[in-house]
Amino acid sequence: MTTLLVTKRMVDHPADSHTLERYQATDGYNQARRALGMTRDELVEEVKASGLLGRGGAAFSAGLKWSFLAPARPSYLVINGDESEPGTFKDRQLLERDPHQMIEGIIITAIANEVHHAFVYIRGEYPKPARRVQAAVDEAYANGFLGKGIFGSDYDLELTVHLGGGAYICGEETALINSLEGLRGEPRLKPPYFPAAKGLYMLPTIVNNVETVSNLPHILAMGSGDYAALTGNEDTGTFMMSLSGHVEKPGNYELPHGITWRELIYDIGGGIPGGRDLKAWIPGGASAPWFVPEHHLDLPITKDDTAAAGSMLGSGAVIVMDETTCMVEAAERVIRFFAHESCGQCTPCREGTTWLEMILRRIEDGQGRAVDLDLAVDVSDGISIGLGWPPKMTTICPLGPSAVSPIKALKDYFIEEVESHVSQGGCPLKSAQPVGSP
Amino acid sequence: MSAWPEATQERARQIISRYPEKRSAVMPLLYLAMAEDGHLTEDGMAEVAEWCGITPAQVQSVASFYTMYKRERTGQYLVSCCTSISCMLLGGDDVLHAVEDESGVPHGETDEEGLLSVEHVECIGACGGAPAVQVNYELIEGVTPEKARDLVGWLKDARPSVVNTDEMQELFGGPRSFDWGIREEEGAVGPYPAFQPLGTVGKE
Repeated sequence: MTTLLVTKRMVDHPADSHTLERYQATDGYNQARRALGMTRDELVEEVKASGLLGRGGAAFSAGLKWSFLAPARPSYLVINGDESEPGTFKDRQLLERDPHQMIEGIIITAIANEVHHAFVYIRGEYPKPARRVQAAVDEAYANGFLGKGIFGSDYDLELTVHLGGGAYICGEETALINSLEGLRGEPRLKPPYFPAAKGLYMLPTIVNNVETVSNLPHILAMGSGDYAALTGNEDTGTFMMSLSGHVEKPGNYELPHGITWRELIYDIGGGIPGGRDLKAWIPGGASAPWFVPEHHLDLPITKDDTAAAGSMLGSGAVIVMDETTCMVEAAERVIRFFAHESCGQCTPCREGTTWLEMILRRIEDGQGRAVDLDLAVDVSDGISIGLGWPPKMTTICPLGPSAVSPIKALKDYFIEEVESHVSQGGCPLKSAQPVGSP
Repeated sequence: MSAWPEATQERARQIISRYPEKRSAVMPLLYLAMAEDGHLTEDGMAEVAEWCGITPAQVQSVASFYTMYKRERTGQYLVSCCTSISCMLLGGDDVLHAVEDESGVPHGETDEEGLLSVEHVECIGACGGAPAVQVNYELIEGVTPEKARDLVGWLKDARPSVVNTDEMQELFGGPRSFDWGIREEEGAVGPYPAFQPLGTVGKE
């Protein structure tokens, strides 16, 4: 039996889970009040002990991240709601359906990190989630949960909702900080620009994901021990997965770590429409190296098991592709995304992603040459040396190296399909592919 | 001296007051400038520069970085069709082609009248309700090519002054990523996101 935490309210009360009335009727804001009576050390230790990992993609210990905050003040908190990784739509649901839960998590995080001005950065294409969050923020101000002297204490906390401009790269924390400073959203070099030391306005800054902070009221309510004990492995608590592509029941699922991919795709997702065969899936957002049923279907969904198999859980987005999917076209579509979203600072990413897109496009269009896959692998090697995972970095941020994941999949599992595109002068699956919805 | 009406200037002051440094307000002010002129003009960017205490060139460097700041004439309705991987797998390309065909506007362009702009976009976070389309960033999930044609026809004929996501979802949508909850009345009044004072109707 799965324990629901961050999605429980929206499952139990689908009509009005986003309202303050519903939030307060279901224990809302009690933990923020409690946090006001706790010290920074107590809060950091509690979150460390819970084992909570960042849910934005990097899966770094949230408590440890907080502990790195440099002593200079003021310090800032930025909530990363710039969810843009293809396949990912979990933060949208949390923002839209339970904004007060996130705000309570923000208050707890702010207290733990001595922050008096926090920001929620929401991607520009999410105006409705942003409206819901702003309405919740306005309610929180009106009730004295935000602003001067929150909950009647002497603690001040301002919260600004900021809308992005349509750039995936701003989900990278230093790019997000540049964007929030009113600059182009280009990532900064780390070191020296680790946000915890030199973040927003060069001051100590915590950047946490929407789902990460949404877990905090539950961790304080349950206690770190019970939260950690929800799963029997090292990845604690629950994990939101966005299931999309060729599955009967796409959607967001809050799951315990440790079920298998087979259980996720066939039991929870209801399997592949039309009883067709599974061909491949992307296990953790468009950046993640792909998995195939022959090797990976019975692996447990944990950070370590996924890493040992050469991929990552990333943002929790699972994109399922059935037997009718052309792997060249799918690879081209993923790489086109990275080429479009490259900020252009680093040559391997700016040039490499564009070249990879062109090479795949011509293979798919029947203009491919026998050497093209080798060429694509060679270009990929220039962006991510050795095509390993995690990648050896040639660039400031991981965007470029992420773009080679589909090339690695073609090279490892689908060489024959690429070769038949070249020998047949076009896509061998096009005639077999259903038009429109499968 | 600001060329903006007093109400817009007041909004600009409110927005700037939410940030520790006024340069941070450049992104929301760019949306405000778009709402004033229909798209981002040279004058609009110069105005934003004035408010934020930076140069017009600095504002342009920001505006040119982000896809949602439209520096060319944009239609009253911006129709954005997602063709990223999850939507592509479920027919997003067919939806785009239906929109292009029905409107007569190829992606990346605007019709002569200035009514419709069409673009294909990368992932808009609606993968569980693929294929997805946005009109002025208001979302419709589970769109078929046939429904996409109906949507274009509706925009041309009904010319709604406000586009509302719940209304469009009812008329032209299908399966959604998740239950949206109670209906809301707010919507977009132009090709920029309906957020805060930036074109939102309903409440301010």
